[in-house]
Amino acid sequence: MRFTKKDILDIHSLDPEEIALILDTAMGMKEISQRPVKKVPTLRGKTIVLFFQEPSTRTKLSFEIAAKRLSADSVAIAKAGSSMAKGETLIDTVKNLEAMRPDVIVMRHGSSGAAYLVANRVDCSVINAGDGIHAHPSQALLDMMSVREKKGRLSGLKLAMIGDIAHSRVARSDIAGFSKMGAQVWVCAPRTMIPAGIQALGCTVAPTMEACVADADVIMMLRIQKERMNDILFPTEREYAGWFGLNRDRVALAKKDVTIMHPGPMNRGVEISSDVADAGYSMILDQVTNGVALRMALYYLVAGGSRHADTD
Amino acid sequence: MRTLIKGARVLDPGKLDGNKTVLISGQTIEAVLDPSDSVPGNVEDLRVVDADGLVLVPGLMDIHVHLREPGHEYKETIATGAAAAARGGFTAVCAMPNTVPVNDNAQVTRFVLEKAGVAKAARVYPVGAVTRGSAGTRLAEIRDMQLAGIVAVSDDGRPVENAQLMRRALEYCDGLSIPVFVHAEDLSLVNGGAMNEGPAATFHGIPGIPNAAEAVMVARDILLSRLTGARVHFCHISCEESIDLIRNAKLQGVRVTCETAPHYFTLIDEDVKGYDTRFKMNPPLRSEKDRQAVIQGLVDGTIDVIASDHAPHSQEEKDLEFDRAAFGIVGLETALPLSLKLVQGGWLPLDELIMKMAKHPARILGINNDIIPGNPADLTLIDLEDKRVIDPDRFVSKSRNTPFTGMSVQGTAVATMVNGTFVFERRPAQ
Repeated sequence: MRFTKKDILDIHSLDPEEIALILDTAMGMKEISQRPVKKVPTLRGKTIVLFFQEPSTRTKLSFEIAAKRLSADSVAIAKAGSSMAKGETLIDTVKNLEAMRPDVIVMRHGSSGAAYLVANRVDCSVINAGDGIHAHPSQALLDMMSVREKKGRLSGLKLAMIGDIAHSRVARSDIAGFSKMGAQVWVCAPRTMIPAGIQALGCTVAPTMEACVADADVIMMLRIQKERMNDILFPTEREYAGWFGLNRDRVALAKKDVTIMHPGPMNRGVEISSDVADAGYSMILDQVTNGVALRMALYYLVAGGSRHADTD
Repeated sequence: MRTLIKGARVLDPGKLDGNKTVLISGQTIEAVLDPSDSVPGNVEDLRVVDADGLVLVPGLMDIHVHLREPGHEYKETIATGAAAAARGGFTAVCAMPNTVPVNDNAQVTRFVLEKAGVAKAARVYPVGAVTRGSAGTRLAEIRDMQLAGIVAVSDDGRPVENAQLMRRALEYCDGLSIPVFVHAEDLSLVNGGAMNEGPAATFHGIPGIPNAAEAVMVARDILLSRLTGARVHFCHISCEESIDLIRNAKLQGVRVTCETAPHYFTLIDEDVKGYDTRFKMNPPLRSEKDRQAVIQGLVDGTIDVIASDHAPHSQEEKDLEFDRAAFGIVGLETALPLSLKLVQGGWLPLDELIMKMAKHPARILGINNDIIPGNPADLTLIDLEDKRVIDPDRFVSKSRNTPFTGMSVQGTAVATMVNGTFVFERRPAQ
C-alpha cells in the first residue's frame, strides 16, 4: 500500500488502512532509535520547518529528533521570533516560509483548524502538531502504536479516557483513532468537561469513573489544566482528585493487565497519583520513546519516502 | 415626469392583489388603475414600463444592515451599501450604529443621512445607539438623534448587559415612541465561542455558543417589556428556545416583535466545513432543529420580519484562523432569492413573504408603504421565474463574504424604485 496523503491534519481524514500503515512504518523506525548510530540517510536533503506558535517542549523535541534521525535538515521558528509577533497574518507568514521551499511544515497553533488553513495554501506537506482544541494526530498515532505494541491489537480493547475532554485535542484525536481501529472508547469527567455531541466522534460517556475504568484494557488520563479553574470547570484540584483522580483502588477495577497512559505533562496527585504513575503497568515513558519513531514514520510517508515504500 | 408600470401583478399584501397599472407622478403614486382604465392627464412624456409577468410589491425594507460608514469604508460605504440594497430589491434599509465613531449622537446621524442623500439608491434610515458608544453604561441622547432622523435605537453587535439600564432605555424610548432593536446575547454564556454549540463544534474543536446565550437575553427583555409596557424588537433570532419564548410572549400580549435572517432558515452548523470562515456569523448557524423552528416561527407568525443582517467584511478579515476571523456575512443581494425558497417550498405564500420583507418592517418603523395614491413611490418589481447561481463577483456590495456562492436560486428583484425614480433596473424600459 502506498501513502498518498499530502498532509497529516487530523485522524478523521485518515482511513484505518492508512493508520495501520503509519503504525507499521513506525515500528520499523523504532529499530533505528535502538542502534548505536541512530541515523539513516533516508531524508537527506529534505528541509523540515518546525513552526510552533504555542509553547511546546516534548512534541517539538520529538519532531526535531525524528528529523535528525532521518538526516533531514530541520529548522525551528517560534512565535516570539516570527513575524506573526509583529502582526503578520498566518497565511502571509506561511507563504513566506513556503517560498524557502521546505518539504514539510510541522505546525502547532492555538486556533482550531489553523493547520487546515495552511495546508490549503501551500504545496509542501503539513503535519499538524496540535491546533487549538481540535486535533493532535501524531500524539494519537503514537498512543495507538504504544497500545498495539503492548496488547498486540487495538480491535476489541476497552480504552477509558478520563479528564477534560472538552478542551483536549489529544482526546478528540484518540477517540477518533482508537474507535476507527475497533476499540471501545469510554470517557468520563465532570459534565463541565464533556462537550455536546462527543459521542458522535466514537465514544461512550460513562456515568461514573468506576464504570469507565471497569474492565478497561487501557486507562488514559488527561492533564488537568490548572488555568482552567477560571473557566469554572471544577472548584479545586483537591475535589477533582477525589472524584476523578486515578488511584490504586480505581486501577483495581480494570483488567489485571491494564495499561496506564498519559500524554503528559502529569500533575501528580491531581489526575494521577504518584504510585500509579510510577507503577509497572504505566507506559508513560514508552509513549515518549515511540513518539520519535512515529514522527519519523510520518516524515517518511509524506516527504517522498512513500515512493519507495514497497521496496525499502 | 410620470411613469406607468403596466402588466404586473400588483401585490400589496392585505390590500391588493391583481393585474393593475400603477401611475407614478414625480415622487408619489398618482393612481392605481385597472388595465382597461385610460391614463388620466397628458400622456406625451409618460414613460411606460412593461412589467408583464412580473410582480410589483411595496418597496422591500431591510431593517438590519451594517453600512460600515463612517470608519470602515474599506468594507462598505453608505453609497455602495445603499446600491447593494437597491440591487437586492430593497427601497430602504436601517443602518446599524456600530460604526466608528458609533452613531450615538445627532452629528453622526446627520452625516449618515447626508451620505445617503447623495447616494441615489435605497433610502437609509439610521439607527442610533441605545448607550453612549454602545458601551452599555449611560444612555445616548436618543431624542436628539430622533430629531436628526433616527428611526430606532440599538446597541447591535453587543447586548445591553445591565438589566437596569435596559429597563430605563425601554421606558425612555417608550416616551419617544421609538422602537428598541435588541441584540440578544449573554456574553458570559458565549465565553469566546465561535460557532453553534453541538456535535459540529465539538468535531471541529471550535468553542460553542449555546442557544441559551441568545434565549436567556430574549427572556430577560420579554420580562422587561412586560414590566415597562414598552416595545421590544428582537434582532436576528436564530434558535428554537427564543422563538418559543417570543411566541408565548405574544400570546400574553407583550409588545414584542422579532426578525430572523435568511441564513438561519437556509443553513445549519453541519454546513460549516473545513473551517470555512464564510460560514461564521453571530448568532451562529444553528442545528437542523433550530432551522425548522425558525421556519415554523415564520409560518405561524411568531417571526414578523426577515432582515439580512448584512455584515460586510474584507477578505483580510475573513482569511484567517476560524476563531480570529470576523463574524458576519453580506446579505442584501441574496436575501430576496433565498427567502423566495420559502415560497417555492410551500412554507409561505408570496403575500406572507412580502408582509415580512416590506409591510411588517414598515409597521415597526411607523411607515405606511401601502400602494395607494399619495404615498411615496417606493416599489419593487420581482421576477419570480429568473433562475441564477449566486456569484459574489457580481455583487454591488464592496464585500464578498457570503456562504451562498454557487447556490441555485429562483426569483430576483429586477427593478427598484425609490421616490418615483428607478435606483436599480435590470431590464431596459420598453
